[in-house]
Amino acid sequence: MKRIFIAIALVVSVMNSGMAQKIKGSDTVLPLAQKEAEVFMKHNAGKKVTVTGGGSGVGIAALIDKTTEIGMSSRPMKLSEKMKVNESGGSSIETIIAKDALAVIVNPSNKVSQLTREQLEGIYTSKITNWKEVGGDDMPIVLYGRESSSGTYDFFKEHVLANKNYSSKMLNMPATGAIVQSVSQTKGAIGYVGLAYIETTVKAVKVSYNKGKTFVEPSVVTAKNKTYPIVRPLFFYYLTSSSKAVKPLVDFILSPEGQKIVSDEGYIDLK
Amino acid sequence: MKKVFERIVEGTLFLSSTVTTITVLLIIIFLFREGAGLFGKSPTEEGFTVAVNKNNPVSELNAEQIKNIFDANIDNWKQVGGKNDSILVFRMDDIFKFYTEQELAGVDTNMSLLASKIDEVIQKNPNIIAFISSKNLPANPSSKIITIAKINLTDFFSGEEWFPTSQPVAEFGIYPLIMGTLWVSFLAILIALPFGLAMAIYMAEIANPKVRNVLKPLIELLSGIPSVVYGFFGLIVIVPLLQKTFDLPVGETGLAGSIVLAIMALPTIITVAEDSIRNTPVSVKEASLALGASHWQTIWRIMIPYASSGITAAVILGIGRAIGETMAVLMVTGNAAVIPHTILQPMRTIPATIAAELGESAKGGMHYQALFVLGCILFVITLVVNLTVEMISKKKKSNR
Repeated sequence: MKRIFIAIALVVSVMNSGMAQKIKGSDTVLPLAQKEAEVFMKHNAGKKVTVTGGGSGVGIAALIDKTTEIGMSSRPMKLSEKMKVNESGGSSIETIIAKDALAVIVNPSNKVSQLTREQLEGIYTSKITNWKEVGGDDMPIVLYGRESSSGTYDFFKEHVLANKNYSSKMLNMPATGAIVQSVSQTKGAIGYVGLAYIETTVKAVKVSYNKGKTFVEPSVVTAKNKTYPIVRPLFFYYLTSSSKAVKPLVDFILSPEGQKIVSDEGYIDLK
Repeated sequence: MKKVFERIVEGTLFLSSTVTTITVLLIIIFLFREGAGLFGKSPTEEGFTVAVNKNNPVSELNAEQIKNIFDANIDNWKQVGGKNDSILVFRMDDIFKFYTEQELAGVDTNMSLLASKIDEVIQKNPNIIAFISSKNLPANPSSKIITIAKINLTDFFSGEEWFPTSQPVAEFGIYPLIMGTLWVSFLAILIALPFGLAMAIYMAEIANPKVRNVLKPLIELLSGIPSVVYGFFGLIVIVPLLQKTFDLPVGETGLAGSIVLAIMALPTIITVAEDSIRNTPVSVKEASLALGASHWQTIWRIMIPYASSGITAAVILGIGRAIGETMAVLMVTGNAAVIPHTILQPMRTIPATIAAELGESAKGGMHYQALFVLGCILFVITLVVNLTVEMISKKKKSNR
């Protein structure tokens, strides 16, 4: 009897996991998607959602290979990726689920507290290599960034470096948490992380996008009133063919309750 | 009846070893076949091309020139053998700067419409260089496709820049990665070997059984810890320590990787070496002691030479662990793809590169194939190390 019971339980769990919705992609969206999925599953008993990270590029690649239902991404789909989706005979739907501000962080002991976009570009392409060139102490700048699979890597490259390649001297960290850790213990360090990751062990730099006229501090308020320039939308991508299956989850995230989780988790809601 | 049974057992053993051998061979073939496709390809992504205005005299550029143009390091056509005119860089997504959304309605599904719009832009700007899709080019294009040097073996092995996802041209220079791997792994073995051997000898011969009974399981436990934990330990403890000790601008260095790897390779080296030292027959050991040799002389002159093949195996396994380890190294070496000059600077190893990038590379694409070539190189390095160590130990035996 017991054996039969276990067998049934096994079959049921296998069937359940077969029906689980898979979300994969951006590590920036990951904590948010996990929390949303958790609450969503509490409301809808019997539905299962599994969330895994890996980076925006990984999520979209998985969507194209059809190994995930939803690809989460912290950058818009590239034209080349859209073409790949079209080639495989489908089309994808894009939904913005939240927004995130990208903050530039330095070690708290660093005198520099504001930088222009042009200075950031110079720093990350190794044209500026010493803090004294941007008004700091005489010490070499140590660049921290993400791996190329990260959407943050692409977004920062596109919007701050004006599409130029990063310096090959940049240290590629496997996770955003690792950047925070390294910047907190390296005096000459500079890095970029999502607003939700900022801790007291690092200092966020004020950024200017109008050649130094005004410098804006990154925060939820400045990101919401659009004075802080480095804000990016966070996306869910899914194929038109599976839109019916994923709709309840997406609708939940866009609902007032879902958006409340967004701001609770330190992201910027869509209102 | 007994004979039949023996036959079956023999057959099963034969079959299973055949299957194992074939599997290993298949994996190796797969590795090399996937990697081989890279060479002779154009370094632009498949389906994409770099074009200029038809009246531009420049018709050939190499990968490095194109990268420098798109990075705005080269901003005049004169610098690459053209007319004295500034360079206008155009990427496909820039089309939205030239036309409104309405004029472009439907372009992401209708490729030929997009292509003709892009062609218009190229026609209007004689100083443009455009990175565009090569599909559905108009019949009478006003653009000229630039010939780009193909990826070849020399550039691949001696290239100093690793930009696998850079657009329009990817750069696959693996020289810094190979050097990073070799520096980190060999220093790791240099650190681990003396400690490992000393520990093995101590545990096999000198330690009293009580101490040994505590130490042995402890060391074996060390090999059960997941590598992420070692990586985290390295990042939080070793990295700041190195930074302070050597007064470095940055603590994530090759040395940090070597130390973490050395700690990880220790259990393997100690366990295997200790077992082989203990396997020296008691008769041999007692004969040596009976001839008047001291304990230390017996260990040094009799037991270690006797166990040399086992110690060699320990070294091979240790190196294997060091060269192939991904996660811990990924976390502590900083992963900057620059050619190392000292061990005290950030490095990027081959396994870390594969682990970090394989997930995003599209299957069958250039980046994917380049990562497989890296896998092949890793395989060859390990093979060479194993063969060398084996040859040396064989030579020693024949000398005796």
